Amino acid sequence: MAQLDSIQQNLLEQVADIHEIPEGAFSLRVNGQMFDSRSSENIEIVKKTDKPGIDIYIKPGTKKESLHIPVLLAKTGITELVYNDFHIGADSDVTIVAGCGIHNGGSEKSEHSGIHSFFVGENARVRYIEKHYGEGDGNGRNVMNPTTVVEMEKNSYMEMETAQIKGVDSTDRTTKAKLDEGATLIVHEKIMTHGKQYARTYFEVDLNGEDCGTHVVSRSVAKDESKQEFISHVNGNNRSSGHTECDAIIMDKATVSAVPEIMANHPEASLIHEAAIGKIAGEQLIKLMTLGLTEKEAEEQIIGGFLK
Amino acid sequence: MLELQHISFEVPAEGGGKTKILEDVSFTVSERFVAITGPNGSGKSTVAKIIAGIVRPTSGKVLLDGEDITDLSVTERARKGISFAFQQPVRFKGITVKDLISLAAGTKISVANACAYLSEVGLCAKEYINREVNASLSGGELKRIEIAMINARSTKLSVFDEPEAGIDLWSFNNLIKVFEGMYERTKGSILIISHQERILDIADKIVVIADGKVAQIGSKSEILPTLLAPAGCRYTAKEGN
Repeated sequence: MAQLDSIQQNLLEQVADIHEIPEGAFSLRVNGQMFDSRSSENIEIVKKTDKPGIDIYIKPGTKKESLHIPVLLAKTGITELVYNDFHIGADSDVTIVAGCGIHNGGSEKSEHSGIHSFFVGENARVRYIEKHYGEGDGNGRNVMNPTTVVEMEKNSYMEMETAQIKGVDSTDRTTKAKLDEGATLIVHEKIMTHGKQYARTYFEVDLNGEDCGTHVVSRSVAKDESKQEFISHVNGNNRSSGHTECDAIIMDKATVSAVPEIMANHPEASLIHEAAIGKIAGEQLIKLMTLGLTEKEAEEQIIGGFLK
Repeated sequence: MLELQHISFEVPAEGGGKTKILEDVSFTVSERFVAITGPNGSGKSTVAKIIAGIVRPTSGKVLLDGEDITDLSVTERARKGISFAFQQPVRFKGITVKDLISLAAGTKISVANACAYLSEVGLCAKEYINREVNASLSGGELKRIEIAMINARSTKLSVFDEPEAGIDLWSFNNLIKVFEGMYERTKGSILIISHQERILDIADKIVVIADGKVAQIGSKSEILPTLLAPAGCRYTAKEGN
């Protein structure tokens, strides 16, 4: 197997918290091509033949296994669209670590768009972690547009943790989910934008089955002249519970728009939406300054905690 | 030693002119425990904020060990050894109790050390150490965490703005023990704004502020009887009131 260079290793560390090829099933995509992949006994990775991407089959009853599928772009001027489909067998319990790191040292745009489709079987539990990270000393823009489509069967559970903290110039994130009876979807999104970056996130959750529920929680920090938009639609189509929350800290000349929408199409749907946008409270800064921190250090602590 | 020299503080009044909040306030803090008391709205909290640097006086000087710190920032004063426990502690989303105690101590402290500070203020450390300092904590819990932070700082001057508010379930005796322990550790001065007789009772010196002015300064034995007399009883409250 070919070796990763130091830039690629750093990207891998940023998006997947790992230094080298991990244990267990993995698929690593580098500069627009499959770099390496390995199936495990219970997790089978099959390269798609009709379009870029992979199919992942997780056997029913697979417990406590993890799958890593990072994507690294370390060349300028690459644009790719990848389709990854996850077929998660009934009664399984797995962790999936995805993520995309771009190092753009040139002047052309680097763009990764991933369409991830999850088919979560009955009683299955999935923890899905996705980190997006960009860097580079060139003027080329780093663009990531992830789409996540989730179909959850009876009593399944999925937790999504997504984070984009640094270096992504433009992102348009779409997450759509349909939940059957008793299914639960928890989403925790963290976003920080700076400079002239733009981030849009769109959630659409259909609570179709009886007693299914969702929490969609987004925390973000918008600095400098960056722009953020948060849009969520939670539709209660049955006896179900839904909660959508957007909490944003705004700084400098940034702008943030939050549009959380809930729609009850059933008399026993119980839905809550919350949205708050505001600057860092002056008393929080002062409290930390009375502990000996400078204003800037206090600000960093507050943001670090908020996005933790 | 802390010294306030002729401190005045004015704010713009509604409809023009100025409102005097503090007028010619002077006193020193060199004793173990100094209490500031007085009616609500008399300017006591403003004095504390002027000492911490949160509010700048219109005129007058603040000296710490003879150095004029009037123009120093909140951060600079904190680094010179002034700690300030807020009357209404601040909440933070995502920052844990351990984070705050570490920041107060100025170093990454061990869980065991952070727990020791919490136990001292009567909080079961295990339950609190990793909790976020957010709206899930009650006012009384926050007050005790605030005191634990001051303990973790251990500076030569600690200022408390009504530390007893909201901690009635824990009792004054324990609060007083915490102050005594703090003194043993720092050998510095502890300045407490309070209405409570039990707290005034441990003071080596009491400063009474009324209508923005120093009404009386003296030892506990000089001041307490005048506060508890009918004419002055509005300044203090018995425990439980």
